[in-house]
Amino acid sequence: MSAATAPVRRTAGPGGGPAGRRSARAAERAEGWRRRAPLLPALVFTLAVTQLPFLATVVYSLRSWNLLRPDSQDWVGPANYIAVFTDSQFLGAALNTIAVTASCVVVSMLLGIGLALLLDRKFVGRGVVRTLIITPFLILPVATALLWKHIMLEPVFGLVNFVLSPFGAGDVDWASQYPVLSVVVALVWQWTPFMMLLVLAGLQSQGGDVLEAGQVDGASKWQMFLWITLPHLRRYIELGVLLGSIYVVNTFDTIYMLTQGGPGTASSNLPFYIYQRTFLGFDIGQSAAMGVVVVAGTIVVATLALRLIFRTFMNAQEAK
Amino acid sequence: MTAHAPERPAAGGASPTAPAPGRAPRRRRTGAGGTALTVLTWAIGLAFVSPALWLLLTAFKEENQAATDPPTLLFQPTLDRFSAVLGADFLPYLGNSLTATLVSTLLVLLLGLPAAYALSVDPVKRTQDVLFFFISTKMLPVVAVVVPIYVAAAELSLLDNVWTLVVLYTAMNLPIAVWMLRSFFLEVPVAIVEAARVEGAGLLRILWSVMLPIMAPGIAATALICMIFSWNEFFFAVNLTASQAATAPVFLTGFITSEGLFVAQLSAAAVMASLPIVVVGWIAQRQLVRGLSMGAVK
Repeated sequence: MSAATAPVRRTAGPGGGPAGRRSARAAERAEGWRRRAPLLPALVFTLAVTQLPFLATVVYSLRSWNLLRPDSQDWVGPANYIAVFTDSQFLGAALNTIAVTASCVVVSMLLGIGLALLLDRKFVGRGVVRTLIITPFLILPVATALLWKHIMLEPVFGLVNFVLSPFGAGDVDWASQYPVLSVVVALVWQWTPFMMLLVLAGLQSQGGDVLEAGQVDGASKWQMFLWITLPHLRRYIELGVLLGSIYVVNTFDTIYMLTQGGPGTASSNLPFYIYQRTFLGFDIGQSAAMGVVVVAGTIVVATLALRLIFRTFMNAQEAK
Repeated sequence: MTAHAPERPAAGGASPTAPAPGRAPRRRRTGAGGTALTVLTWAIGLAFVSPALWLLLTAFKEENQAATDPPTLLFQPTLDRFSAVLGADFLPYLGNSLTATLVSTLLVLLLGLPAAYALSVDPVKRTQDVLFFFISTKMLPVVAVVVPIYVAAAELSLLDNVWTLVVLYTAMNLPIAVWMLRSFFLEVPVAIVEAARVEGAGLLRILWSVMLPIMAPGIAATALICMIFSWNEFFFAVNLTASQAATAPVFLTGFITSEGLFVAQLSAAAVMASLPIVVVGWIAQRQLVRGLSMGAVK
């Protein structure tokens, strides 16, 4: 022990004795723990509930385990992964996930911008109109899917076909002829208010002075929107696209209720397909491998996106 | 495009010729143009929300009025569908939803408030890394963790147990709450906290007597956001519960492929299952943006 403490004594220098030095370091450590203590319960809880199951998923993915054959837990190495990548239904579900997420986010963002521009002025009943427009986002998503399936897009009595019938197109069985489109329509209706709220917050944080200056300089309304408002909104639009993607990519309820992934597997996305393999096929090993593949894909896409979100968040909070 | 170039610097918001900061009062559009725009906004707003209004209307119909061609607009409203839904044992589902939502929200606040404090007012080292970790868990697809959770719940005999949902919803909402609460903590003046600490107040006392009163609206907003997400959660609810612990969204799965006339009853059930959280959202709408953006946008 004395050998170990000797160098410390020498480097401690004239200012403080070894005891003072040690107690200072102990105090620093105690201070560190005092600061950390309030954080630990939340951190440990989150680690336990999100990271442990993921580690278990990785382990399961290396075994051939089907709940219907309980004694079949052999280690199979990469066999499950090879099966996943040669599974055309998995690839179809992956493509559907991308298609549904991208189209839903883009369309609801465009509609959201339009609605936000309409609401960004004083008029009679503005609060009421805003309250009405945010309602689709608050309705139970499961109820929203049933509403579109049985009331709006129903082939015989559906309102959409009723509205379209004067134009000679009122005879479509939307959920089976255009299953992906039906899912996207329900999702867009649900997510447009979210985009509208974000863009509206952006519009209302815009300084009036800049617009005033633009007006003085003789810019037209369209020029002002293109060169002043839109660049200002960029941060809010990016945020909406990123957050919307995080949530929409995990969509399960709308597909479960509206199409059950069908007809066949025409409209199943990754969450729904993995659900089927887990809870209807009881194929734990392969479902786990799919889960790991999805996470790997998400990490690749998200590393960029996450950095971007993070920068946006930090800028927003540090700016206050 | 080059013709517009001179205007571009103004986009940065650093226009030197700009008058005193602060938002100039919005000019009120008057005259026919303004009225037309108002009417247009109302029309578009009503058209957008019309499916929800139609759902509400259908809930008060008889079954034979609910699915007709052309659609029935005028009818004698009835509450029979609502009592039919209640008669189909809907209340236990609502009860489970309430338990899972309220208890998980309470737990989120109990865990999230101290954590947000340790990431803002009195920050730990590597605060950025911790924040990054919390937000990254929101990007972990649920399907990547559901298999072990299902297996573990089965082995611990916790399938079809509402407390399993409570734990999962707490984990689901905690990252959002930490980010959101942190943004409210950052708005509390540092001087007040320092003063309390100099006078010897401990962490709990600072949280309880100094910060809580200032942050009450922010905490309420965070709680409301967590309630919306928990109430609407479906994936875990449908896969981990059966008859005992099923929540309101699970009740609605009974209507996926019903035979015969059921649209009016479906509407009544959808209205009853949605209404509590729609009202909560209306109340919280001023804070909704901040919650949904996890504190990034006010």
